[in-house]
Amino acid sequence: MANPYVKLLGAQIRSQLQYRASFFLDLSMATLLSAVDIGALFLLFRVTPALGGFGWREVILMTAISGAGFCMADLAVGEIERLKHYIRTGLLDTVLLRPMSALGQLLVLDFATRRAGRVVQGTLFYLVALTVAPVKWDAARVVYAIVAPINAAVFFSAVFVTLAAIAFWWIESGDIANAFTYGGRDFTAYPSTMFHGWFRGLFAFGLGFAFVAYLPALALLGLSEPIGLPDWARWCSPLVTLVVVLIARATWLAGLRRYGSTGS
Amino acid sequence: MSAPAASIPAGSLRAFLALVGAGYRRFSTYRQAALGSAFTNAVFGFLRCSVLLTVAAAGAGGTLVGYNPAQLATYVWVSQGLIGVINFWTQLDLVERIKSGNIAADLLRPMDIMWMQLATELGRSLFGLVLRFTLPITVGAIFFDLYLPGKPHVYLLFVVAMVLSVLVGFLCRYILCLLCFWFLDIRGFWTAWVLCSGLLGGLQFPLPVWPDWLVTTLWVATPFPLLLQGPLDVLVERESGAVIGLQVVWLVILFGVSRLMQGRALRKLVVQGG
Amino acid sequence: MIIKTAGLRKDFEVRKKAGRLRRVTETVTAVDGVDLTIERGELLGYIGPNGAGKSTTLKMLTGIMVPSAGEVTVCGLRPVPDRVALARRIGSVFGQRSQLWWDLPLRDSFALLRHVYRVPEAEHTTRLKACRKLLELDEFMDTPVRQLSLGQRMRGEMTAALLHGPQVLFLDEPTIGLDVVSKQAVREFLASLRDKGDTTIVLTTHDLADIEKLCERLIVIDHGRVVHDGSLAALHDRYQMKKQIVVELEEPWAGDQRLDGAALVGVEGLLIRLELDGASVGQVVAQLPAFRDLAVVEPGIEDVITRLYGSDRG
Repeated sequence: MANPYVKLLGAQIRSQLQYRASFFLDLSMATLLSAVDIGALFLLFRVTPALGGFGWREVILMTAISGAGFCMADLAVGEIERLKHYIRTGLLDTVLLRPMSALGQLLVLDFATRRAGRVVQGTLFYLVALTVAPVKWDAARVVYAIVAPINAAVFFSAVFVTLAAIAFWWIESGDIANAFTYGGRDFTAYPSTMFHGWFRGLFAFGLGFAFVAYLPALALLGLSEPIGLPDWARWCSPLVTLVVVLIARATWLAGLRRYGSTGS
Repeated sequence: MSAPAASIPAGSLRAFLALVGAGYRRFSTYRQAALGSAFTNAVFGFLRCSVLLTVAAAGAGGTLVGYNPAQLATYVWVSQGLIGVINFWTQLDLVERIKSGNIAADLLRPMDIMWMQLATELGRSLFGLVLRFTLPITVGAIFFDLYLPGKPHVYLLFVVAMVLSVLVGFLCRYILCLLCFWFLDIRGFWTAWVLCSGLLGGLQFPLPVWPDWLVTTLWVATPFPLLLQGPLDVLVERESGAVIGLQVVWLVILFGVSRLMQGRALRKLVVQGG
Repeated sequence: MIIKTAGLRKDFEVRKKAGRLRRVTETVTAVDGVDLTIERGELLGYIGPNGAGKSTTLKMLTGIMVPSAGEVTVCGLRPVPDRVALARRIGSVFGQRSQLWWDLPLRDSFALLRHVYRVPEAEHTTRLKACRKLLELDEFMDTPVRQLSLGQRMRGEMTAALLHGPQVLFLDEPTIGLDVVSKQAVREFLASLRDKGDTTIVLTTHDLADIEKLCERLIVIDHGRVVHDGSLAALHDRYQMKKQIVVELEEPWAGDQRLDGAALVGVEGLLIRLELDGASVGQVVAQLPAFRDLAVVEPGIEDVITRLYGSDRG
């Protein structure tokens, strides 16, 4: 028997294709929307030779890792931000009444196919960036070049899930999650050296966003971290991601438990 | 059947203001959500401001396309505050009402649908002024040096430009939502609008960062720069009366288009039953 | 025994405003020590006023909500820890929510549910066939769910809840908002399901006609406690609902007449309403002055229920 998640996903895609014209406009616009990041980068380099001490060939690699990772995460779990809506309308109950994992169902039930175009575009852009950037290729870097965008995707997915789970405690949280999901993407698209003071400390290291694109890119480029991190830290991104995933898992499960005891 | 008259008789003004008040009260029940959104606006303020200031510091004369650091900071933080007042990205109730068929009930009311929707949105904007406008700007003022115009009349001009930009933003969204009469799902159009209103409105960067020909085209041929770039340039004293004049022109154009569309949409509703 | 609860209890913490800034936490008990024993094949009516604790009980029985105290077993499983296993054995229809795919034809929803519940093809086909016939689904099997009428959708929801052959079916307001014909169709279907006897059905409803037509056993809950558990007839006896006689007189009621074994409960022009109290209809009629017409009114379930809720409130 076919995997029920695959079947649900198929149904979701068929539903979306019911509104064909709107779907394709949405698909192309969403694709264009993520191309904006890249365009923005070139706009900035029109007026300045360097961003945070790095030239465009270096920054483009950071933007590309962040962009590819974010697009994948957004496609896979981005719609989890609708959890609020599911709780409010009682749809979460319907989900819990089915013999499947709640998170798994929520992800496929609201799968945003229109974001698929972005993943293709993000991946292509990453490949281009790899050829343009002065990467110091060796065996370890080849592996890290493959790991980096996937690592970024897992990191962002965990951020999406953790923030969505806030709704279990605080349903009227507005779009606070965007500060760290889309905000995280904006932060990671640039070298962390562009930011200063406690804000950089918080986003880059407190929340771990430096490990998404900035540090892996430095590792690939064979550059040392100018703020003063040891060179080995550039290779630690998967470990940081693991921690973030564990936090996401714990938050989600605690949230579901809370829903079970309060039902609101 | 002709479209209902688009003017507000004097007696209806009170009803309109009452609806604005009702809208205000309705949205003020979402105070926590507004706080959450203001927080997000503040985080984006930090992100955008840091990027622009870093670029300006590395550029010639410490400026970015003619904006000095204080002007840039004001530009970024006030734009984050304006998001919650103009509410670019929130769809009007109209969409749900068209989809559910409740729009038919609205036709029975003595007030035109457009005025009812506008009143609700003005109520939302007023509530936006309370938290979503003030909080990010306060945060910005604490952590960055903001540019403050010395002449009082600049603030007055800015308020006028802001009100006009609320109206222009409303009409753009109203037109998009009217498309629901013809297309069941307007998500695609909406994504396009979100993309254009932000990027071409000057949210990510001040428009002069773009190539000149593109900036000129945007100013001449689209209403997008009037949403943010216009009012913000008034505030940092790069522009003044011209922005307001252009806003009035676009207001007239958009109003005409929306009346035309609404007339057709309602005729379609009455003749074909939706 | 397919459902068993003992001392089932659910408390909620509610934060209330007290003054401008201060907030106090109050504990509200939604379900207060409910003991239920439901046998296989029963059709049970579970009723009570809004906020009595009906939905909370259902949520605890289906594994959506954790009880604060007490024991629950459904189909031999503990609902919350065994949620996924239990989900395969129960079906549910919550009147206000849909488990169907809004934009897809009804047929597709059924096919999807087969995969969700991993039902073997042959079994699925047999059950679907039976439902299609009984609920007359054929004419709208290919219609997207969003275009179905409420009655059609509800028939679809019933089918969706039964396709995996659940041992227990939970129905929350299945007839709410339906037109008379659809209500009748749903009731007939439930009656046939009850008569077959393999599915236990727990029905909550505000429509008392549902109860009168379907349920042998009735559990009434109010303020989180069971206030009645037994047949409808037992409920009548317990609250000693009295027969009434409505009489249309020739002359207006004099006002000073006394009747033995009956009490006057209403006068409206020539119409008077009497409630029997110990006397038979014949004995009362014999005492009446000349009249044109007369009707005997049996106590309806509405009166019983109103009195029941009322007595608890007092």
